[in-house]
Amino acid sequence: MPVTRGFVRRRPDGPEGRLPPGQYDTGSGWPVLTAEATPRISPDTWKITVDGLVDHPTSWTWDEVHQLSRSTYTGDIHCVTTWSKFDVAFTGVSVDVLLEAATPRPEAAFVMAHSSTGYTTNLPLSDVTGGKAWVVWDHGGKPLAREHGGPVRLLVPHLYFWKSAKWISRLELMAHDQPGFWERNGYHDRGDPWLEQRYQGD
Amino acid sequence: MSIDDVAPTATAWTTGRIISKELPTPATVRLRLHVDDRMRHRPGQHYLLRLRAPDDYTAQRSYSVASDDSDPLLELLVEKLPGGEVSEFLAEVAEVGDVLEMRGPIGRWFTWDVRTPALCLVGGTGVVPAIAMSRAARHAGAPDLLRVLAVGRSPEETPYDDELRRFGATVTYTRHATGTRPAGPPSAAELAPLLDGIELAFVCGSSRFAGLAEALLMECGLSPSMIRVEQFGATG
Ligand SMILES: Cc1cc2nc3c(=O)[nH]c(=O)nc-3n(C[C@H](O)[C@H](O)[C@H](O)COP(=O)(O)OP(=O)(O)OC[C@H]3O[C@@H](n4cnc5c(N)ncnc54)[C@H](O)[C@@H]3O)c2cc1C
Repeated sequence: MPVTRGFVRRRPDGPEGRLPPGQYDTGSGWPVLTAEATPRISPDTWKITVDGLVDHPTSWTWDEVHQLSRSTYTGDIHCVTTWSKFDVAFTGVSVDVLLEAATPRPEAAFVMAHSSTGYTTNLPLSDVTGGKAWVVWDHGGKPLAREHGGPVRLLVPHLYFWKSAKWISRLELMAHDQPGFWERNGYHDRGDPWLEQRYQGD
Repeated sequence: MSIDDVAPTATAWTTGRIISKELPTPATVRLRLHVDDRMRHRPGQHYLLRLRAPDDYTAQRSYSVASDDSDPLLELLVEKLPGGEVSEFLAEVAEVGDVLEMRGPIGRWFTWDVRTPALCLVGGTGVVPAIAMSRAARHAGAPDLLRVLAVGRSPEETPYDDELRRFGATVTYTRHATGTRPAGPPSAAELAPLLDGIELAFVCGSSRFAGLAEALLMECGLSPSMIRVEQFGATG
């Protein structure tokens, strides 16, 4: 592809080896991108359910989920609109902990994450197990803001951030892959930032 | 055959040549491009633009399409953000004849099917997709299907101010009083008459604007499931 006449690099490189191709460091910013009206969800009525192909479909309330063993993710996040944000810290519970309680059946190979707004996003089970995904309510020591998915969102930091469904309410285990909201609307099925899996056809 | 059947799902990088460049308001640049192997688009979709430096560094950003699918050129309107890597380049360096890497159209959610009665509640540069939708409505001979309430700071600072008015949009100014209206954000009373019979509302603007617009729509009784939002990236 041609060099763009008159264009020179203006953004500094991110930390060595941490900026996936085509991304830039948004610094202290955290852009908000949402497809739907931002809901107001009270922790009093919020709950999360793990169901589908599991032996023990389970729901947790706000208090119950807070009693599970917590963990914190510290690292980077990457949005398909090309910003990356370094050294964020989110605290919540590992998806492994939720799955362990619900016990996925052997045929479960995919997960559909559902938000209370109706938003969905699909993931291979292997992308949310083994310490790679969390359900989080705390960002940088503070309650997660509503526009960033508060009170509780999914966090799958090794994939583009649309996979980290805001306002998460359900993880549905499935045998077959099925596209979620953005995946039906032109985005890549998996969304690995290091492979630049942004849109269908990448 | 409807545009839904012909707008592509997967797209590849191509190139576009700048055919015209204007600065219609102090802070915006309007580009009209000839896109090679252009594919059909639905109003509300966007393109990616990728700039490439001699050291192969690239910067890519999304821009909503302002033109109707029937327009031989693709029109973009970009707000110049101070220090903005891509928007300042487009406003200050890019010239007619330059060739840019482009990819699109992208996005199938924030799009209008030119059939469903709909409202656009848009602010600032967020008017761009409403322009594409209003042009499509006019082209289809069905301008009544679409109502537009646009919010700008003043007539001089509102992109497509004249065109919006010609379309019959309600244009309100936050920093400029007119003979009939004091400066300020739109009210529920101004919005309510536009909602009769609509099935979908498209909200587009900064995240602050989107928050206000959603609240206003819900105050007027719209259910969240009727609202589609596109935010142009401002930090929140
Ligand atoms: C689907 C989609 C459609 C879009 N359509 C349009 C469009 O039609 N017209 C248009 O002008 N833009 C549009 N945008 C925004 C556009 O993609 C870029 O984000 C914008 O042009 C800024 O890029 P930049 O390289 O100039 O600035 P950057 O170098 O990325 O940022 C410069 C500075 O401005 C801040 N900043 C970035 N965006 C904004 C903002 N919106 N308001 C305030 N500060 C900001 C950044 O945090 C940074 O500090 C769209 C974005 C999306 C996701």
